[in-house]
Amino acid sequence: MLDPRLWQAREWVTALTLAAFGLAPVFTELASQPFILDLIARLMILAIAAVSLNLILGHGGMISFGHAAYIGIGAYAVGIPAYYEITNGFLQIAIAIGASAVFAFFTGLISLRTKGVYFIMITMAFAQMVYFAFISIEEYGGDDGLVIETRSEFGGLFDIEDTTTFYYFTWVSLVAALYLVRRIMRSRFGMVIEGAKGNERRMQSIGFDTYKYRLTCYVIAGMICGYAGALLGNFTSFFSPEMMDWTHSGELLFMVVLGGAGSLFGPVLGTAAFVLLEEFLSGITIYWQAIFGVLLILVVLFAPGGIDGFLGRLGRKR
Amino acid sequence: MTAAFLQISNLYKSFGGVAATDHVDLEVLEHEVHAVIGPNGAGKTTLISQLAGELEPDDGQVAFLGRDITRLPPHARAQLGLARSFQITSLMLDMTVRDNVALAIQAHDGHSFRFWRDARRDTALTDRAMQALARVGLEGRADTIAQQMSHGEHRQLEIALALATDPKLLLLDEPMAGMGSEEAARMVEILRDLKGSKTMLLIEHDMDAVFALADRITVLVYGKVIATGKPDEIRADESVRRAYLGDEAG
Repeated sequence: MLDPRLWQAREWVTALTLAAFGLAPVFTELASQPFILDLIARLMILAIAAVSLNLILGHGGMISFGHAAYIGIGAYAVGIPAYYEITNGFLQIAIAIGASAVFAFFTGLISLRTKGVYFIMITMAFAQMVYFAFISIEEYGGDDGLVIETRSEFGGLFDIEDTTTFYYFTWVSLVAALYLVRRIMRSRFGMVIEGAKGNERRMQSIGFDTYKYRLTCYVIAGMICGYAGALLGNFTSFFSPEMMDWTHSGELLFMVVLGGAGSLFGPVLGTAAFVLLEEFLSGITIYWQAIFGVLLILVVLFAPGGIDGFLGRLGRKR
Repeated sequence: MTAAFLQISNLYKSFGGVAATDHVDLEVLEHEVHAVIGPNGAGKTTLISQLAGELEPDDGQVAFLGRDITRLPPHARAQLGLARSFQITSLMLDMTVRDNVALAIQAHDGHSFRFWRDARRDTALTDRAMQALARVGLEGRADTIAQQMSHGEHRQLEIALALATDPKLLLLDEPMAGMGSEEAARMVEILRDLKGSKTMLLIEHDMDAVFALADRITVLVYGKVIATGKPDEIRADESVRRAYLGDEAG
Protein backbone atom coordinates (compact mmCIF):
# COMPACT_ATOMS: atom_id res chain seq x y z
CA MET A 1 0.00 0.00 0.00
CA LEU A 2 2.81 2.42 0.82
CA ASP A 3 4.97 1.19 -2.04
CA PRO A 4 4.31 3.35 -5.14
CA ARG A 5 5.51 0.57 -7.44
CA LEU A 6 2.37 -1.39 -6.57
CA TRP A 7 0.02 1.54 -6.96
CA GLN A 8 -2.80 1.46 -9.45
CA ALA A 9 -5.20 4.18 -10.59
CA ARG A 10 -6.97 4.21 -7.24
CA GLU A 11 -3.87 4.69 -5.07
CA TRP A 12 -2.43 7.31 -7.43
CA VAL A 13 -5.62 9.35 -7.32
CA THR A 14 -5.66 9.16 -3.51
CA ALA A 15 -2.05 10.27 -3.18
CA LEU A 16 -2.26 12.99 -5.81
CA THR A 17 -5.52 14.42 -4.46
CA LEU A 18 -4.17 14.64 -0.91
CA ALA A 19 -0.91 16.12 -2.21
CA ALA A 20 -2.81 18.66 -4.33
CA PHE A 21 -4.88 19.67 -1.29
CA GLY A 22 -1.71 19.96 0.75
CA LEU A 23 0.09 22.11 -1.81
CA ALA A 24 -2.88 24.28 -2.76
CA PRO A 25 -1.95 27.22 -0.44
CA VAL A 26 1.38 27.59 -2.23
CA PHE A 27 -0.25 27.93 -5.61
CA THR A 28 -3.29 29.92 -4.68
CA GLU A 29 -1.11 32.49 -3.01
CA LEU A 30 0.81 32.82 -6.23
CA ALA A 31 -2.41 33.24 -8.14
CA SER A 32 -3.80 35.45 -5.35
CA GLN A 33 -7.04 33.51 -5.22
CA PRO A 34 -7.93 32.90 -1.57
CA PHE A 35 -11.41 32.00 -2.76
CA ILE A 36 -10.12 28.66 -4.05
CA LEU A 37 -8.44 27.96 -0.72
CA ASP A 38 -11.75 28.55 1.06
CA LEU A 39 -13.51 26.23 -1.33
CA ILE A 40 -11.03 23.41 -0.71
CA ALA A 41 -11.09 23.96 3.06
CA ARG A 42 -14.87 23.60 3.07
CA LEU A 43 -14.56 20.58 0.82
CA MET A 44 -12.09 18.92 3.20
CA ILE A 45 -14.32 19.56 6.21
CA LEU A 46 -17.31 18.04 4.46
CA ALA A 47 -15.05 15.20 3.32
CA ILE A 48 -14.30 14.34 6.96
CA ALA A 49 -18.06 14.20 7.57
CA ALA A 50 -18.52 12.01 4.50
CA VAL A 51 -15.68 9.70 5.57
CA SER A 52 -17.37 9.28 8.95
CA LEU A 53 -20.74 8.59 7.34
CA ASN A 54 -19.05 6.05 5.10
CA LEU A 55 -17.77 4.22 8.17
CA ILE A 56 -21.32 3.28 9.16
CA LEU A 57 -22.95 3.36 5.71
CA GLY A 58 -20.34 1.92 3.39
CA HIS A 59 -18.48 -0.35 5.79
CA GLY A 60 -21.24 -1.10 8.24
CA GLY A 61 -24.33 -1.13 6.03
CA MET A 62 -26.15 1.28 8.34
CA ILE A 63 -27.85 3.87 6.13
CA SER A 64 -28.12 6.90 8.37
CA PHE A 65 -30.19 9.78 7.09
CA GLY A 66 -29.37 12.01 10.03
CA HIS A 67 -25.67 12.53 9.88
CA ALA A 68 -25.90 16.32 9.52
CA ALA A 69 -27.01 16.48 13.16
CA TYR A 70 -23.43 15.80 14.25
CA ILE A 71 -22.17 18.69 12.13
CA GLY A 72 -24.58 20.90 14.04
CA ILE A 73 -23.63 19.48 17.42
CA GLY A 74 -19.96 20.03 16.62
CA ALA A 75 -20.51 23.57 15.36
CA TYR A 76 -22.59 24.58 18.38
CA ALA A 77 -19.93 23.02 20.63
CA VAL A 78 -17.67 25.77 19.29
CA GLY A 79 -20.29 28.48 18.99
CA ILE A 80 -22.01 28.25 22.37
CA PRO A 81 -18.82 28.29 24.49
CA ALA A 82 -17.53 31.13 22.29
CA TYR A 83 -20.76 32.99 23.06
CA TYR A 84 -19.73 32.80 26.73
CA GLU A 85 -16.20 33.78 25.73
CA ILE A 86 -14.81 30.32 26.30
CA THR A 87 -12.54 29.98 23.30
CA ASN A 88 -10.25 27.13 24.36
CA GLY A 89 -10.11 24.96 21.26
CA PHE A 90 -9.16 21.78 23.10
CA LEU A 91 -12.18 22.15 25.33
CA GLN A 92 -14.49 22.99 22.42
CA ILE A 93 -13.33 20.00 20.41
CA ALA A 94 -13.67 17.78 23.46
CA ILE A 95 -17.26 19.01 23.88
CA ALA A 96 -17.96 18.51 20.17
CA ILE A 97 -16.70 14.93 20.24
CA GLY A 98 -18.17 14.14 23.64
CA ALA A 99 -21.63 15.53 22.91
CA SER A 100 -21.68 13.72 19.55
CA ALA A 101 -20.74 10.48 21.28
CA VAL A 102 -23.54 10.87 23.82
CA PHE A 103 -26.09 11.73 21.11
CA ALA A 104 -24.92 8.84 18.92
CA PHE A 105 -25.00 6.42 21.84
CA PHE A 106 -28.57 7.14 22.90
CA THR A 107 -30.02 7.47 19.41
CA GLY A 108 -28.04 4.44 18.24
CA LEU A 109 -29.30 2.42 21.18
CA ILE A 110 -32.81 2.81 19.77
CA SER A 111 -32.18 3.15 16.00
CA LEU A 112 -30.02 0.05 15.76
CA ARG A 113 -32.91 -2.08 16.97
CA THR A 114 -34.48 -1.39 13.58
CA LYS A 115 -33.44 -2.35 10.07
CA GLY A 116 -33.68 -1.04 6.54
CA VAL A 117 -36.11 1.73 5.85
CA TYR A 118 -37.06 2.03 9.52
CA PHE A 119 -33.46 2.73 10.40
CA ILE A 120 -33.33 5.44 7.74
CA MET A 121 -36.51 7.05 9.07
CA ILE A 122 -35.58 6.91 12.72
CA THR A 123 -32.09 8.38 12.23
CA MET A 124 -33.70 11.16 10.23
CA ALA A 125 -36.28 11.76 12.95
CA PHE A 126 -33.62 12.05 15.67
CA ALA A 127 -31.63 14.51 13.57
CA GLN A 128 -34.74 16.61 12.93
CA MET A 129 -35.33 16.72 16.67
CA VAL A 130 -31.90 18.31 17.16
CA TYR A 131 -32.61 20.67 14.28
CA PHE A 132 -35.89 21.86 15.81
CA ALA A 133 -34.36 22.01 19.29
CA PHE A 134 -31.74 24.51 18.14
CA ILE A 135 -34.30 26.49 16.16
CA SER A 136 -36.30 26.94 19.34
CA ILE A 137 -33.41 28.11 21.53
CA GLU A 138 -33.63 31.88 21.07
CA GLU A 139 -30.62 32.50 23.29
CA TYR A 140 -28.33 30.99 20.66
CA GLY A 141 -29.92 32.72 17.71
CA GLY A 142 -32.86 30.39 17.04
CA ASP A 143 -33.43 29.94 13.36
CA ASP A 144 -31.36 33.05 12.57
CA GLY A 145 -28.26 31.12 13.51
CA LEU A 146 -25.35 31.87 15.77
CA VAL A 147 -22.44 34.16 14.95
CA ILE A 148 -19.15 32.68 16.11
CA GLU A 149 -17.01 35.74 16.81
CA THR A 150 -13.76 34.07 17.70
CA ARG A 151 -12.22 30.94 16.32
CA SER A 152 -10.96 28.23 18.65
CA GLU A 153 -7.70 29.08 20.39
CA PHE A 154 -5.02 26.53 21.02
CA GLY A 155 -3.00 28.25 23.72
CA GLY A 156 -0.47 29.81 21.38
CA LEU A 157 0.51 26.48 19.81
CA PHE A 158 -0.92 27.61 16.51
CA ASP A 159 -3.42 30.22 15.47
CA ILE A 160 -6.27 29.16 13.23
CA GLU A 161 -7.44 32.75 12.77
CA ASP A 162 -4.75 32.68 10.13
CA THR A 163 -6.32 31.32 6.93
CA THR A 164 -3.34 29.24 5.88
CA THR A 165 -2.91 27.74 9.35
CA PHE A 166 -6.59 26.88 9.46
CA TYR A 167 -6.27 25.32 6.04
CA TYR A 168 -3.43 23.06 7.14
CA PHE A 169 -5.22 22.25 10.37
CA THR A 170 -8.09 21.01 8.23
CA TRP A 171 -5.81 19.10 5.88
CA VAL A 172 -4.09 17.31 8.75
CA SER A 173 -7.51 16.51 10.24
CA LEU A 174 -8.68 14.95 6.99
CA VAL A 175 -5.55 12.83 6.63
CA ALA A 176 -5.84 11.78 10.28
CA ALA A 177 -9.52 10.86 9.86
CA LEU A 178 -8.69 8.74 6.80
CA TYR A 179 -5.86 7.01 8.62
CA LEU A 180 -8.06 6.36 11.65
CA VAL A 181 -10.88 4.82 9.57
CA ARG A 182 -8.38 2.73 7.65
CA ARG A 183 -6.87 1.35 10.85
CA ILE A 184 -10.28 0.68 12.35
CA MET A 185 -11.59 -1.14 9.30
CA ARG A 186 -8.55 -3.43 9.18
CA SER A 187 -8.66 -4.24 12.87
CA ARG A 188 -10.53 -7.06 14.53
CA PHE A 189 -13.31 -4.61 15.26
CA GLY A 190 -13.50 -3.58 11.60
CA MET A 191 -13.70 -7.22 10.53
CA VAL A 192 -16.74 -7.68 12.76
CA ILE A 193 -18.37 -4.56 11.29
CA GLU A 194 -17.72 -5.76 7.76
CA GLY A 195 -18.94 -9.24 8.56
CA ALA A 196 -22.12 -7.92 10.15
CA LYS A 197 -22.83 -5.92 7.01
CA GLY A 198 -22.41 -9.03 4.88
CA ASN A 199 -24.42 -11.42 7.02
CA GLU A 200 -25.56 -10.32 10.45
CA ARG A 201 -27.44 -13.52 11.21
CA ARG A 202 -24.39 -15.64 10.58
CA MET A 203 -22.21 -13.34 12.63
CA GLN A 204 -24.56 -13.84 15.56
CA SER A 205 -24.59 -17.57 15.09
CA ILE A 206 -20.78 -17.72 15.30
CA GLY A 207 -20.96 -15.77 18.55
CA PHE A 208 -20.88 -12.02 17.92
CA ASP A 209 -23.25 -9.69 19.68
CA THR A 210 -23.42 -7.61 16.50
CA TYR A 211 -25.62 -4.96 18.12
CA LYS A 212 -22.86 -3.93 20.54
CA TYR A 213 -20.27 -3.69 17.78
CA ARG A 214 -22.58 -1.73 15.50
CA LEU A 215 -23.46 0.68 18.29
CA THR A 216 -19.77 1.29 18.95
CA CYS A 217 -19.18 1.90 15.26
CA TYR A 218 -22.14 4.27 15.15
CA VAL A 219 -20.70 6.25 18.08
CA ILE A 220 -17.24 6.45 16.52
CA ALA A 221 -18.72 7.77 13.26
CA GLY A 222 -20.72 10.36 15.21
CA MET A 223 -17.61 11.51 17.04
CA ILE A 224 -15.63 11.99 13.85
CA CYS A 225 -18.51 13.91 12.28
CA GLY A 226 -18.86 16.04 15.41
CA TYR A 227 -15.21 16.95 15.00
CA ALA A 228 -15.91 17.95 11.39
CA GLY A 229 -18.76 20.11 12.72
CA ALA A 230 -16.36 21.88 15.09
CA LEU A 231 -14.13 22.65 12.10
CA LEU A 232 -17.09 23.90 10.10
CA GLY A 233 -18.20 26.18 12.92
CA ASN A 234 -14.74 27.70 12.96
CA PHE A 235 -14.64 27.94 9.21
CA THR A 236 -17.95 29.69 8.60
CA SER A 237 -17.90 31.93 11.71
CA PHE A 238 -21.65 31.60 11.55
CA PHE A 239 -23.80 28.61 12.10
CA SER A 240 -27.45 28.23 11.20
CA PRO A 241 -29.54 25.27 12.36
CA GLU A 242 -30.56 24.96 8.73
CA MET A 243 -27.21 23.18 8.23
CA MET A 244 -28.65 20.25 10.19
CA ASP A 245 -31.76 19.92 8.08
CA TRP A 246 -32.35 16.46 6.61
CA THR A 247 -31.56 17.75 3.13
CA HIS A 248 -27.97 18.21 4.27
CA SER A 249 -27.92 14.68 5.63
CA GLY A 250 -29.08 13.70 2.16
CA GLU A 251 -26.21 15.62 0.60
CA LEU A 252 -23.73 13.72 2.74
CA LEU A 253 -25.32 10.47 1.56
CA PHE A 254 -25.03 11.72 -2.00
CA MET A 255 -21.31 12.43 -1.53
CA VAL A 256 -20.65 8.96 -0.16
CA VAL A 257 -22.61 7.16 -2.87
CA LEU A 258 -21.18 9.34 -5.64
CA GLY A 259 -17.63 8.69 -4.46
CA GLY A 260 -18.10 5.03 -3.65
CA ALA A 261 -19.61 3.66 -0.46
CA GLY A 262 -17.38 1.21 1.35
CA SER A 263 -14.11 2.45 -0.09
CA LEU A 264 -11.73 4.45 2.07
CA PHE A 265 -11.10 7.39 -0.22
CA GLY A 266 -14.31 7.33 -2.27
CA PRO A 267 -16.17 9.74 0.04
CA VAL A 268 -13.40 12.33 -0.37
CA LEU A 269 -13.70 12.10 -4.14
CA GLY A 270 -17.47 12.23 -3.90
CA THR A 271 -17.32 15.32 -1.72
CA ALA A 272 -14.83 16.95 -4.08
CA ALA A 273 -17.06 16.20 -7.06
CA PHE A 274 -20.11 17.46 -5.18
CA VAL A 275 -18.60 20.72 -3.93
CA LEU A 276 -16.84 21.57 -7.19
CA LEU A 277 -19.87 20.73 -9.34
CA GLU A 278 -22.11 22.73 -7.02
CA GLU A 279 -19.78 25.69 -7.35
CA PHE A 280 -19.53 25.36 -11.10
CA LEU A 281 -23.16 24.50 -11.93
CA SER A 282 -24.74 27.03 -9.59
CA GLY A 283 -22.85 29.69 -11.54
CA ILE A 284 -24.53 28.54 -14.73
CA THR A 285 -28.09 27.82 -13.68
CA ILE A 286 -30.26 28.05 -10.61
CA TYR A 287 -31.56 24.57 -11.47
CA TRP A 288 -28.21 22.97 -10.72
CA GLN A 289 -29.80 20.48 -8.34
CA ALA A 290 -31.73 18.94 -11.23
CA ILE A 291 -28.42 18.22 -12.95
CA PHE A 292 -27.20 16.60 -9.72
CA GLY A 293 -30.24 14.38 -9.73
CA VAL A 294 -29.50 13.14 -13.22
CA LEU A 295 -25.87 12.61 -12.28
CA LEU A 296 -26.75 10.50 -9.27
CA ILE A 297 -29.08 8.34 -11.37
CA LEU A 298 -26.32 7.80 -13.93
CA VAL A 299 -23.79 6.86 -11.24
CA VAL A 300 -26.15 4.40 -9.60
CA LEU A 301 -27.10 2.81 -12.94
CA PHE A 302 -23.77 2.75 -14.74
CA ALA A 303 -21.02 3.12 -12.15
CA PRO A 304 -21.85 0.97 -9.16
CA GLY A 305 -19.18 1.66 -6.58
CA GLY A 306 -19.14 5.32 -7.59
CA ILE A 307 -15.99 7.17 -8.64
CA ASP A 308 -13.79 4.88 -6.59
CA GLY A 309 -15.34 1.78 -8.15
CA PHE A 310 -14.64 3.25 -11.56
CA LEU A 311 -10.99 3.84 -10.65
CA GLY A 312 -10.76 0.29 -9.35
CA ARG A 313 -11.91 -1.05 -12.72
CA LEU A 314 -9.39 1.19 -14.51
CA GLY A 315 -6.67 -0.32 -12.36
CA ARG A 316 -7.63 -3.88 -13.25
CA LYS A 317 -7.61 -3.21 -17.00
CA ARG A 318 -3.97 -2.20 -17.01
CA MET B 1 -24.47 -43.67 31.41
CA THR B 2 -23.35 -40.34 29.98
CA ALA B 3 -25.26 -37.29 31.18
CA ALA B 4 -27.38 -35.45 28.67
CA PHE B 5 -25.36 -32.87 26.81
CA LEU B 6 -28.34 -31.19 25.29
CA GLN B 7 -31.72 -31.73 26.87
CA ILE B 8 -34.88 -30.66 25.10
CA SER B 9 -38.01 -30.93 27.22
CA ASN B 10 -41.58 -30.47 26.14
CA LEU B 11 -40.60 -27.94 23.47
CA TYR B 12 -43.56 -26.38 21.71
CA LYS B 13 -43.80 -23.87 18.87
CA SER B 14 -46.77 -23.12 16.67
CA PHE B 15 -47.28 -20.88 13.67
CA GLY B 16 -50.82 -19.64 13.27
CA GLY B 17 -52.23 -22.52 15.29
CA VAL B 18 -50.25 -25.21 13.49
CA ALA B 19 -47.77 -26.89 15.78
CA ALA B 20 -44.37 -27.00 14.10
CA THR B 21 -42.71 -28.37 17.22
CA ASP B 22 -45.21 -30.39 19.17
CA HIS B 23 -44.05 -31.12 22.73
CA VAL B 24 -40.70 -32.50 21.68
CA ASP B 25 -38.48 -34.32 24.17
CA LEU B 26 -35.03 -35.14 22.95
CA GLU B 27 -31.67 -35.88 24.50
CA VAL B 28 -28.29 -35.59 22.87
CA LEU B 29 -25.48 -37.40 24.70
CA GLU B 30 -21.87 -36.34 24.75
CA HIS B 31 -19.82 -37.52 21.74
CA GLU B 32 -22.79 -39.01 19.96
CA VAL B 33 -24.02 -38.20 16.49
CA HIS B 34 -27.73 -37.81 16.87
CA ALA B 35 -29.67 -37.56 13.62
CA VAL B 36 -33.13 -36.05 13.29
CA ILE B 37 -35.00 -37.25 10.24
CA GLY B 38 -38.50 -36.71 9.00
CA PRO B 39 -40.46 -35.87 5.87
CA ASN B 40 -40.57 -32.34 4.48
CA GLY B 41 -42.43 -30.01 6.78
CA ALA B 42 -41.81 -32.17 9.84
CA GLY B 43 -40.40 -29.12 11.63
CA LYS B 44 -36.72 -30.06 11.59
CA THR B 45 -35.36 -26.61 10.75
CA THR B 46 -37.84 -25.02 13.17
CA LEU B 47 -36.40 -27.27 15.86
CA ILE B 48 -32.79 -26.33 15.07
CA SER B 49 -33.68 -22.64 14.97
CA GLN B 50 -35.04 -22.90 18.50
CA LEU B 51 -31.92 -24.71 19.64
CA ALA B 52 -29.71 -22.03 18.06
CA GLY B 53 -31.81 -19.24 19.55
CA GLU B 54 -33.18 -17.68 16.40
CA LEU B 55 -36.72 -18.69 17.17
CA GLU B 56 -38.24 -18.44 20.60
CA PRO B 57 -40.31 -21.46 21.63
CA ASP B 58 -43.84 -20.92 22.94
CA ASP B 59 -43.30 -23.45 25.70
CA GLY B 60 -40.80 -25.95 27.01
CA GLN B 61 -37.13 -25.83 27.84
CA VAL B 62 -33.74 -26.27 26.23
CA ALA B 63 -30.83 -27.08 28.53
CA PHE B 64 -27.24 -27.23 27.38
CA LEU B 65 -24.54 -28.61 29.70
CA GLY B 66 -27.08 -28.50 32.49
CA ARG B 67 -27.85 -24.84 31.95
CA ASP B 68 -31.21 -23.47 30.84
CA ILE B 69 -30.60 -21.64 27.57
CA THR B 70 -34.22 -21.36 26.40
CA ARG B 71 -34.20 -17.55 26.34
CA LEU B 72 -30.57 -16.89 25.41
CA PRO B 73 -29.88 -15.01 22.15
CA PRO B 74 -27.91 -16.81 19.40
CA HIS B 75 -24.56 -15.13 20.08
CA ALA B 76 -24.67 -16.08 23.77
CA ARG B 77 -25.39 -19.72 22.89
CA ALA B 78 -22.51 -19.68 20.43
CA GLN B 79 -20.26 -18.42 23.22
CA LEU B 80 -21.32 -21.41 25.34
CA GLY B 81 -20.13 -23.75 22.60
CA LEU B 82 -23.13 -24.32 20.41
CA ALA B 83 -22.49 -23.92 16.68
CA ARG B 84 -24.85 -24.35 13.78
CA SER B 85 -24.54 -24.71 10.05
CA PHE B 86 -27.31 -23.50 7.81
CA GLN B 87 -29.38 -25.48 5.34
CA ILE B 88 -29.35 -22.52 2.97
CA THR B 89 -25.74 -21.44 2.78
CA SER B 90 -25.17 -18.48 5.05
CA LEU B 91 -21.73 -16.93 4.70
CA MET B 92 -20.07 -13.55 4.51
CA LEU B 93 -20.05 -13.75 0.72
CA ASP B 94 -18.15 -10.51 0.09
CA MET B 95 -15.21 -11.61 2.20
CA THR B 96 -12.45 -14.09 1.48
CA VAL B 97 -12.69 -17.66 2.64
CA ARG B 98 -9.90 -17.05 5.14
CA ASP B 99 -11.61 -13.94 6.54
CA ASN B 100 -14.83 -15.89 6.99
CA VAL B 101 -13.12 -18.52 9.10
CA ALA B 102 -10.89 -16.01 10.87
CA LEU B 103 -14.01 -14.21 12.05
CA ALA B 104 -15.37 -17.40 13.57
CA ILE B 105 -12.09 -17.88 15.44
CA GLN B 106 -12.04 -14.24 16.49
CA ALA B 107 -15.53 -14.63 17.94
CA HIS B 108 -14.16 -17.07 20.51
CA ASP B 109 -10.85 -15.37 21.20
CA GLY B 110 -11.92 -12.76 23.73
CA HIS B 111 -13.81 -9.67 22.73
CA SER B 112 -13.25 -7.90 19.43
CA PHE B 113 -13.09 -4.35 20.69
CA ARG B 114 -9.60 -4.05 19.28
CA PHE B 115 -9.39 -1.13 16.94
CA TRP B 116 -5.80 -0.73 15.86
CA ARG B 117 -3.86 -3.86 14.97
CA ASP B 118 -4.30 -5.28 11.49
CA ALA B 119 -6.42 -8.41 11.95
CA ARG B 120 -5.19 -9.95 8.70
CA ARG B 121 -1.62 -9.89 9.98
CA ASP B 122 -2.64 -11.40 13.28
CA THR B 123 -1.13 -14.86 13.05
CA ALA B 124 -3.17 -15.98 16.07
CA LEU B 125 -6.15 -15.70 13.72
CA THR B 126 -4.74 -16.50 10.29
CA ASP B 127 -2.81 -19.62 11.32
CA ARG B 128 -5.80 -21.11 13.04
CA ALA B 129 -8.02 -20.14 10.11
CA MET B 130 -5.76 -22.10 7.80
CA GLN B 131 -5.93 -25.13 10.11
CA ALA B 132 -9.71 -24.96 10.16
CA LEU B 133 -9.78 -24.74 6.36
CA ALA B 134 -7.43 -27.70 6.08
CA ARG B 135 -9.86 -29.81 8.11
CA VAL B 136 -12.50 -29.43 5.39
CA GLY B 137 -10.05 -29.42 2.48
CA LEU B 138 -10.40 -25.76 1.53
CA GLU B 139 -6.87 -24.59 2.35
CA GLY B 140 -6.18 -23.95 -1.35
CA ARG B 141 -9.12 -21.55 -1.58
CA ALA B 142 -8.20 -19.25 1.31
CA ASP B 143 -7.85 -16.10 -0.79
CA THR B 144 -10.96 -16.67 -2.88
CA ILE B 145 -13.94 -14.38 -2.30
CA ALA B 146 -16.59 -16.69 -0.85
CA GLN B 147 -19.12 -15.67 -3.50
CA GLN B 148 -16.99 -17.16 -6.25
CA MET B 149 -16.96 -20.70 -4.93
CA SER B 150 -19.08 -23.66 -6.01
CA HIS B 151 -22.09 -24.83 -4.06
CA GLY B 152 -20.21 -27.82 -2.70
CA GLU B 153 -17.38 -25.60 -1.49
CA HIS B 154 -19.90 -23.30 0.16
CA ARG B 155 -21.22 -26.29 2.09
CA GLN B 156 -17.68 -27.16 3.19
CA LEU B 157 -17.08 -23.58 4.28
CA GLU B 158 -20.34 -23.71 6.24
CA ILE B 159 -18.90 -26.61 8.24
CA ALA B 160 -15.50 -24.91 8.54
CA LEU B 161 -17.16 -21.84 10.05
CA ALA B 162 -19.04 -23.92 12.59
CA LEU B 163 -15.91 -25.93 13.44
CA ALA B 164 -13.68 -22.87 13.73
CA THR B 165 -15.61 -21.75 16.79
CA ASP B 166 -14.37 -24.97 18.44
CA PRO B 167 -17.90 -25.89 19.50
CA LYS B 168 -18.95 -28.46 22.04
CA LEU B 169 -22.09 -29.23 20.06
CA LEU B 170 -22.57 -28.94 16.32
CA LEU B 171 -26.07 -28.37 14.97
CA LEU B 172 -25.94 -29.38 11.33
CA ASP B 173 -28.93 -28.44 9.21
CA GLU B 174 -28.83 -30.63 6.11
CA PRO B 175 -25.11 -30.31 5.38
CA MET B 176 -25.55 -32.39 2.19
CA ALA B 177 -28.39 -30.24 0.81
CA GLY B 178 -28.14 -29.83 -2.94
CA MET B 179 -24.89 -31.76 -3.25
CA GLY B 180 -23.90 -34.17 -5.96
CA SER B 181 -23.09 -37.72 -4.86
CA GLU B 182 -19.35 -37.15 -4.98
CA GLU B 183 -19.55 -34.00 -2.89
CA ALA B 184 -21.92 -35.68 -0.48
CA ALA B 185 -19.49 -38.58 -0.04
CA ARG B 186 -16.77 -36.07 0.73
CA MET B 187 -18.97 -34.40 3.33
CA VAL B 188 -19.70 -37.75 4.95
CA GLU B 189 -15.93 -38.25 5.19
CA ILE B 190 -15.47 -34.84 6.81
CA LEU B 191 -18.20 -35.58 9.36
CA ARG B 192 -16.95 -39.12 9.99
CA ASP B 193 -13.55 -37.65 10.90
CA LEU B 194 -15.26 -35.50 13.51
CA LYS B 195 -17.30 -38.35 14.91
CA GLY B 196 -16.21 -39.30 18.37
CA SER B 197 -14.55 -35.99 19.11
CA LYS B 198 -17.55 -33.74 18.52
CA THR B 199 -21.14 -34.07 19.61
CA MET B 200 -23.46 -33.51 16.68
CA LEU B 201 -27.14 -33.06 16.08
CA LEU B 202 -27.59 -33.80 12.42
CA ILE B 203 -30.62 -33.05 10.31
CA GLU B 204 -30.36 -34.75 6.96
CA HIS B 205 -32.45 -36.01 4.09
CA ASP B 206 -29.73 -38.23 2.68
CA MET B 207 -30.56 -41.58 4.33
CA ASP B 208 -27.27 -43.20 3.33
CA ALA B 209 -25.46 -40.41 5.16
CA VAL B 210 -27.71 -40.68 8.19
CA PHE B 211 -27.28 -44.43 8.57
CA ALA B 212 -23.54 -44.13 7.94
CA LEU B 213 -23.01 -41.48 10.61
CA ALA B 214 -25.67 -41.59 13.28
CA ASP B 215 -25.34 -43.33 16.63
CA ARG B 216 -28.98 -42.64 17.36
CA ILE B 217 -31.86 -41.38 15.27
CA THR B 218 -34.98 -39.44 16.20
CA VAL B 219 -37.88 -39.44 13.77
CA LEU B 220 -39.98 -36.30 13.62
CA VAL B 221 -43.37 -36.23 11.89
CA TYR B 222 -45.61 -33.15 11.95
CA GLY B 223 -43.54 -31.72 14.78
CA LYS B 224 -43.93 -34.84 16.95
CA VAL B 225 -41.27 -37.36 17.90
CA ILE B 226 -42.57 -40.75 16.81
CA ALA B 227 -39.45 -42.78 17.56
CA THR B 228 -35.92 -42.55 18.91
CA GLY B 229 -33.35 -45.32 18.78
CA LYS B 230 -30.30 -46.89 17.23
CA PRO B 231 -30.25 -47.03 13.40
CA ASP B 232 -31.19 -50.73 13.37
CA GLU B 233 -34.13 -50.15 15.69
CA ILE B 234 -35.36 -47.26 13.54
CA ARG B 235 -35.05 -49.36 10.42
CA ALA B 236 -37.12 -52.06 12.03
CA ASP B 237 -39.71 -49.74 13.57
CA GLU B 238 -43.13 -50.31 12.00
CA SER B 239 -44.54 -46.85 12.70
CA VAL B 240 -41.46 -45.22 11.19
CA ARG B 241 -41.73 -47.35 8.10
CA ARG B 242 -45.35 -46.40 7.69
CA ALA B 243 -44.84 -42.70 8.35
CA TYR B 244 -41.67 -42.05 6.53
CA LEU B 245 -39.08 -44.49 5.39
CA GLY B 246 -41.36 -46.41 3.08
CA ASP B 247 -39.52 -48.28 0.37
CA GLU B 248 -36.22 -46.50 1.02
CA ALA B 249 -35.53 -48.75 3.97
CA GLY B 250 -37.17 -51.70 2.34
